[in-house]
Amino acid sequence: MTELEAGRARTLAPVQSGAALHRYRDVLIALIAFAVLASLPLFTSSKALLDFVIRCSAYGLFATSLNLLVGYTGLTSFGHGMFFGLGAYSFGLIMQKLGVPIPVAFIATLAITALVAAVIGAICVRLKEIYFAFVTLAFQMLIHSTILSWASFTGGDQGLRGGIPRPAFLGINLANHIHLYVASCALLILGLLAMRQIAQSPFGYTLRMIRDNAARASFLGIDVWRAKLTVFVLAALFASMGGMVMALFVSGAYPEFAYWTISGEAIFINMLGGVSTFLGPMVGTVLLLLLNDTVTRFTEYHGIVLGIVILFFALGLRKGLLDFVAEWYAHRRETGEGR
Amino acid sequence: MDLDALAGCLSSSACLVTQTTSGLIIGMLLFLVAVGLTLIFGVLKVVNFSHGAFYMFGAYFAMTAYQLTGSFALAMLAGAAGTAILGLIFERVFMSRVYGADVLMQLLVCYAFVLIFDDVVRVIWGPEFKAMGMPSAFQVMPLFIAGGVVPPYYLLLIGVALVVAIVLGIGLSRSRIGKVIRAAAHNPGMVSALGINTGLIYGGVFALGGMLAGLAGALAAPVRSLTPGMGFSVLIESFIVTVIGGMGSILGALIGALLLGLIRSFGSLGFPLFTEGLMYLFMVIVLVSKPTGLFGKEVA
Repeated sequence: MTELEAGRARTLAPVQSGAALHRYRDVLIALIAFAVLASLPLFTSSKALLDFVIRCSAYGLFATSLNLLVGYTGLTSFGHGMFFGLGAYSFGLIMQKLGVPIPVAFIATLAITALVAAVIGAICVRLKEIYFAFVTLAFQMLIHSTILSWASFTGGDQGLRGGIPRPAFLGINLANHIHLYVASCALLILGLLAMRQIAQSPFGYTLRMIRDNAARASFLGIDVWRAKLTVFVLAALFASMGGMVMALFVSGAYPEFAYWTISGEAIFINMLGGVSTFLGPMVGTVLLLLLNDTVTRFTEYHGIVLGIVILFFALGLRKGLLDFVAEWYAHRRETGEGR
Repeated sequence: MDLDALAGCLSSSACLVTQTTSGLIIGMLLFLVAVGLTLIFGVLKVVNFSHGAFYMFGAYFAMTAYQLTGSFALAMLAGAAGTAILGLIFERVFMSRVYGADVLMQLLVCYAFVLIFDDVVRVIWGPEFKAMGMPSAFQVMPLFIAGGVVPPYYLLLIGVALVVAIVLGIGLSRSRIGKVIRAAAHNPGMVSALGINTGLIYGGVFALGGMLAGLAGALAAPVRSLTPGMGFSVLIESFIVTVIGGMGSILGALIGALLLGLIRSFGSLGFPLFTEGLMYLFMVIVLVSKPTGLFGKEVA
């Protein structure tokens, strides 16, 4: 071992054990979060609150998966909602037409999503920036039009009606509200943990490098196209999971799930919470849903209120809430040390 | 799918003329909206996501002016001038703050205004569908061209859009202002160093873009129903137009808009339920084969 290699080994070792430490910390946080969420029904019988958490799970999975693309890889997808819709529709259709157990439908939907995302992604990720955004938007609208026009299969503009059957499996009965709630929380936490692992893995750092300097990443021997395609498919899988939670919650699937506004909402959630931290989109999800619920209760003109709030974030803070807090905290610590 | 209807129409001259004119007016209205979008992008490098709102305001301004004065010309003027002023204020007060910021930030500001403007229209004019009605000057016998029916108002619409296309094309390439605008698009720092107020140019271009969308809305008011949110589908379609034609290209916007108009009018015969899907399919094909659009230049 040369002196140089020995030096490198010395610096690498603590980094690796540090990464392991971080991983245990993440798992611990996830377990605590799940315990807190899952014990919520013991303290409150408010159906509205539990419903709110279920909706947060669906949107949170979806928005965080978009952050893998926007925040970590710099791929601004305007059509990410297509996978949310695809997940909801595939799951609903499989359950309605085939009557298989829920886990089977779940896995099958993920497989379908992976396949579709691989095909669409292979076409899209070659394009850069605004063109990538446009072509993903076009694919989303293509899927939306297909759902609308293939009425005999998808129910057209009425959506998938008649309810999605929810047979019990392994003692879990998703027709039961509490069971559904705990299952949604579990999916949310598992999904977030998995995405966190992806983001903190060497692959996650490769994505950051591609975002910051794709040409340099390519010089270093990274297959940029393949890395982008991989994260595109991975993000699609989690968006599809979000769609499935939504389909289970509303017991149906509607064309709006695949409409481009759902992608717009996810982008908005990301901006609201902030894209530079992992949990930013989750904070954004809670903020947007809270905002939507309270504003619609008080005024019928919720567009004006929501618009003004967005303007406050875009022109006032100029960043997401968690970004703002993180920077404020870092700044405070810096000046504190300087003193 | 109804391919027989499409084949039947293609073999009848009457149907061919009717469908082509309806395709042309869809295309020309789209062109007026899209050319503003493409101009704003070309000069300001901003994707104006709230452009559809200007189309909507143009239509509502025109309707109100027509109801107050009864003059069609004044209605058109109100639609165009009102949205031009709106565009100027919007650009100077809000958009100018997010130049150079993240694209998502610009988008967010526009998205906020889409929400606000739609509700403002709902507050002022009410949420229900409105109709301006065809001005009496155009309530005459339609023309018959090769057996096809062509209302005279359609001819006016196509004519106005063509005049706008020619004036814009010549104005930008020949006139002094046009040259300054193109220079500002290319190198704003140098232009302002030469003593030209680029802020004024940016505001002016935005006002011009807003005015064209407003004019399109005003022209569409007699033939379409007015509703809050009407700008939305137009916005999406004019996006497709600019993407197909190439962002920043006026000729591209014209060709793209006409292609899309024809796809819509003939597609509605052959694929009545999948007409929208056809447009997106077309957009995907163009983007994949030539990402910068048919007439777009490679952006460095």
